Amino acid sequence: MSYLYAAYIATWLIHLGYIGTLVLRHIRLRREIQELK
Amino acid sequence: MKRAYPILAVLTVALLGYSLYEALVVAPTDRLQGDVYRIIYYHVPSAWTMFTFFAINFVASVIYLIRRNLKADAVAVAAAELGVVFNTVVLVTGPLWARPVWGIWWTWDIRLTSTLVLWLIYVSYLLLRRFSSGGQMPLLAATLAVFGALDMPLVYFSIWFFRTQHPQPVVGGGGSIDPRMLHIWLLNWFAFECFGLLVFWSRYRLEIMRREVEETRELESLLETRSPR
Repeated sequence: MSYLYAAYIATWLIHLGYIGTLVLRHIRLRREIQELK
Repeated sequence: MKRAYPILAVLTVALLGYSLYEALVVAPTDRLQGDVYRIIYYHVPSAWTMFTFFAINFVASVIYLIRRNLKADAVAVAAAELGVVFNTVVLVTGPLWARPVWGIWWTWDIRLTSTLVLWLIYVSYLLLRRFSSGGQMPLLAATLAVFGALDMPLVYFSIWFFRTQHPQPVVGGGGSIDPRMLHIWLLNWFAFECFGLLVFWSRYRLEIMRREVEETRELESLLETRSPR
């Protein structure tokens, strides 16, 4: 069972990690837009 | 899309939650593998979703090569990132399934190796885009994507044409699967496709925004150099 849970948890860690990088990139871009304004 | 996005996001999260419940609780236990077989509900749908995004990347790259369409280039980079994310899931969940079932984490058989090569090709594609600059970069990236896509049929058909450690397909390959398992499998695939498409849309919008900011910065610096002192 531990392999099963490890696989499911790993899947969501990968997806959430990627979404996290998208959020950070979005925040950085918003800040750049504010600077340009 | 801007208004529909939060609604679609809530629906997708609900669908993913329902699919998870079906996979872990409702799906029958496999007679031979026990509960660990349930990794199939994440491993295989992730692989199919990976193929979807690499196929989108391929089509967008071809469109870019023919028409030099910048939106197609933005679609290509977003799809490549999503493809790599799902490919990573496949490469992580695969060994976690192989260890209890085969007794090994990894073997250099053609299905596993070609999947790893596919991941390396698209990571190279993203690194090329990240670290090179200049007008030729999208052209080089699109060319790499077109050649990289040649690995996709090899990954998919390797288990049909070669003797591999990886099992033969149970869907569309002459194998059999319990209809309840198949239903939950397809449900999870649909959920991951919806989730992937939502994240893909966000990444595409981010890419468009990034390009607009870059263009504005370039224009600004051009105006600064031309303005009289």
